[in-house]
Amino acid sequence: MATKTAIRPVRIVLAKVGLDGHDRGVKVVARALRDAGYEVIYTGLRQTPEMVVDAALQEDAQVIGLSIHSGAHMTLFPAVVQELKRRKATDIVVFGGGIIPEDDIAALKEKGVAELFTPGTPLQGIVDWLRKRFPEGSR
Amino acid sequence: MKVRARDPQQAWKEDYESVPSRDDGLETSTISGVPLKPLYTSGDLAKREEEFPGQFPYTRGIHPTGYRGRLWTMRQFSGFATAEETNRRYKYLLANGQTGLSVAFDMPTLMGQDSDAPTSRGEIGHCGVAIDSLADMETLFEGIPLADITTSMTINSPAAILLCMYIAVAEKQGVPAARLGGTLQNDILKEFIAQKEFIFPPEPSMRLVVDSIEYCAKEVPKWNTISISGYHIREAGSTAAQELAFTLADGMAYVDACIERGMRIDDFASRLSFFFDAHIDFFEEIAKFRAARRIWARWMRDKYGARDERSWKLRFHTQTAGVSLTAQQPELNIARTAIEALAAVLGGTQSLHTNAMDEVLALPTDKAARLALRTQQLLAYETGVANTIDPLGGSFFVEALTDEMERQAEAYFKRIQELGGVIPAIEAAFFQKEIADAAFRYQQELEQKRRLVVGVNEFTVDEEEPIEILRIDPRLESEQVARVREVREKRDHARCSNALSQLRKAAAGSDNLMPYILEAVRAYATEGEIMNAMVEVFGIYTERAVI
Amino acid sequence: MKDQPKAYVIGFTGAPGTGKSSLVDALIASLRKLDRFVAVIATDPNSPFTGGAILGDRIRMQRHALDPRVFIRSMGARGHLGGLSLAARESIRLLGAFGFDPVILETVGVGQSELEVAAIADTTVVVLTPNLGDGVQMIKAGILEIADIFVVNKADLEGHHRALTELRSMLSLSNVPGAPKAWKPPIIPTSATRSEGIDELWAAIESHRKYLASTGRGERLAAERLKEETAEVAAEIARDRVRRALAEDPALAERLLEEGTPYGTAEEILDRKR
Repeated sequence: MATKTAIRPVRIVLAKVGLDGHDRGVKVVARALRDAGYEVIYTGLRQTPEMVVDAALQEDAQVIGLSIHSGAHMTLFPAVVQELKRRKATDIVVFGGGIIPEDDIAALKEKGVAELFTPGTPLQGIVDWLRKRFPEGSR
Repeated sequence: MKVRARDPQQAWKEDYESVPSRDDGLETSTISGVPLKPLYTSGDLAKREEEFPGQFPYTRGIHPTGYRGRLWTMRQFSGFATAEETNRRYKYLLANGQTGLSVAFDMPTLMGQDSDAPTSRGEIGHCGVAIDSLADMETLFEGIPLADITTSMTINSPAAILLCMYIAVAEKQGVPAARLGGTLQNDILKEFIAQKEFIFPPEPSMRLVVDSIEYCAKEVPKWNTISISGYHIREAGSTAAQELAFTLADGMAYVDACIERGMRIDDFASRLSFFFDAHIDFFEEIAKFRAARRIWARWMRDKYGARDERSWKLRFHTQTAGVSLTAQQPELNIARTAIEALAAVLGGTQSLHTNAMDEVLALPTDKAARLALRTQQLLAYETGVANTIDPLGGSFFVEALTDEMERQAEAYFKRIQELGGVIPAIEAAFFQKEIADAAFRYQQELEQKRRLVVGVNEFTVDEEEPIEILRIDPRLESEQVARVREVREKRDHARCSNALSQLRKAAAGSDNLMPYILEAVRAYATEGEIMNAMVEVFGIYTERAVI
Repeated sequence: MKDQPKAYVIGFTGAPGTGKSSLVDALIASLRKLDRFVAVIATDPNSPFTGGAILGDRIRMQRHALDPRVFIRSMGARGHLGGLSLAARESIRLLGAFGFDPVILETVGVGQSELEVAAIADTTVVVLTPNLGDGVQMIKAGILEIADIFVVNKADLEGHHRALTELRSMLSLSNVPGAPKAWKPPIIPTSATRSEGIDELWAAIESHRKYLASTGRGERLAAERLKEETAEVAAEIARDRVRRALAEDPALAERLLEEGTPYGTAEEILDRKR
């Protein structure tokens, strides 16, 4: 249709990668993003990088948010970025959250993760970052 | 002014109201949202006969001697990397005065998969020790006499397998199962509710729990077969009352299941133990512990008709709240943990884990782990709090708050019953929704600064000094993978595959599965192989996620 | 258009907690055994205040996650762009063109969305459970009228016999006298978690499809719907043109405010040459 004018909400796939089941953080973030006007697709627990990227492509998401508390972020976050490259979907932005030591944050950014949020980050901080990244995409 | 004797309480009320309250906008309710009065008086006490420790309903403690008879067990949860490294840490902790072991397993072990499974990548040895087969378990307890210590194992879906491994190690040390003491977490219900480390659907999961309780009642009588846990419920964001209510409701569900199996209440109830969180809202936590004992005693005696007094007594382990720790200014965590540990002790805990200050960042370093243990020793030996039994008993405030906790818990029991019991309530996502709502409410209070977390949303510093954290050597992963593959090659193949196929057959029937699992363990079947044999019969559970 | 492969559309609706997603998940599994390519459009309501939404239905269909022949797309049933229907119809056409057949459209039956589903789906399945006690509410919402098939899910729960009986009597009451329906909606008991009743459900869907084809009703419906959709698209286009004209032409907007003539102004804008 040629006449789409209404602003399309930014679509965000939120996924728990890795084996741990600590979903308090990701659920709180999901609610906050919904309340900020985003469409959040929550994929649930124990997602492999392949599953996450598959979901993002099927859902036509612009953003992938990853949550992990098991300590496997150095393996799994870059694996998601790699999978996006393999599927030629590098326009999808990846951010992450969880217990991530300072040194790892720098290393992960180098590997293509756009931003990382650690426990204690105000929810508004995540929303502000998304707004800056997608100024057009939400109400 | 007329000189006339004012009613003192009335006078206080007038004086109180004549002075404006602080206008910092902070909540005055407990961290769980229970409204608090500024002052409690004798008028807040419920009318009841005086209670004593060691007597029904045990509000003031299960032992008549409190900590005068015996201090709480200082049980630091630990485990990381390989069995070999963890074994070294255990020997270090025992040498430093720790009185019991507590095993933390890594994520693949908790999820019942081997280190060489594709989804184990990046997870091996990170959250605890990697155990794939009896061979790893032998290494883990090498040189530690299992007859002389008690061991707690924090594992749930594959709990039966790990218990069998422990029994098998003891056999090799020449220690009969009947002499083994310790605790298995084995609490699958709270996995569905909060921690989400489930594998099988609820029904076969419950069968395995009951199998292990039934087996231990005969073969390992000193073992605490289950540690019914509120800790994870609380850490997932619940309130104190939800933690209390959901945990005790889980406990009753296990009791129901065992009775349905045909067991007599007094044959197993005394081996049920509990595990609570000690959060930062000091008095609320103490009230929660006191209420837990009272509620459990009443239900066991009056509803379930237990005759043995030991069945009425709620014994519990406590861990200070991991969720209260902050990555910002992590040294503050030492202070938080000390206060939480004090609440646990004043609440009459039987054993205690104090978190290390760096646990929010990674697994604790040796130094942080020692500091955490020292905090408990300081409480036990310097402060004098262990000298008087239930020192807060009779406090207008603490007694009123204890009653309030009890009231809220009973209200939840009613709602759970209306939903058809714990498992239907899980399937309807009742608990999950209640917890998610509570977590979101609390987060909003933080965002709006109606509650403060020091160093996080107030009193922050710009430049954080990095603290030293424990790193897991990435080489460990390939070493552990090689180890499990070696075990698979060297074992008696016929014995192993026979044991697994016997287990599969038994799973499809109704036999107690423990002897079959034990035989598979002895044959060096790996944890993943044993789980998969059962998955073939039981299937895998996916939850309905509520946000 | 005639040559393009077209997907058969099955709508699933029902109150929250009836197990729709699990039922769809089980149905996907059966259809995959028949080697069908299945697409699912799962909708959840958006917040009316922020436009945001949490879409969580994928989780229940996770076992199909890496199957390239299962496509799952979540949609917020947002209240603009003509609501669910325009967006969904467009997606269905695309999915059909890619060889997905059937397309399953799943929505929470609260408010208007179930009516929208019925207006798009070839076969509408209404999902109930034994213990929701939602009978009265359903009649009020007119949900009985839109059902081509009823499913009583969680049929392993107590009370499902009573629920089936109640539903049967409710259906016989709701039949308008003198206008006997040619298609009597069957009632299928299922247990999605145990994969029971799924084959029966698929058989009922198939027989409804055959009914639509053999009576010509399907063709009539398709023609009606295509016309209706065209009218909706036209309305969307017109709405858009008017909004833009008023935004880009301050003089016109001012005149509208002064004269207060929405009909006249609208006609004037739409009469303009593009």
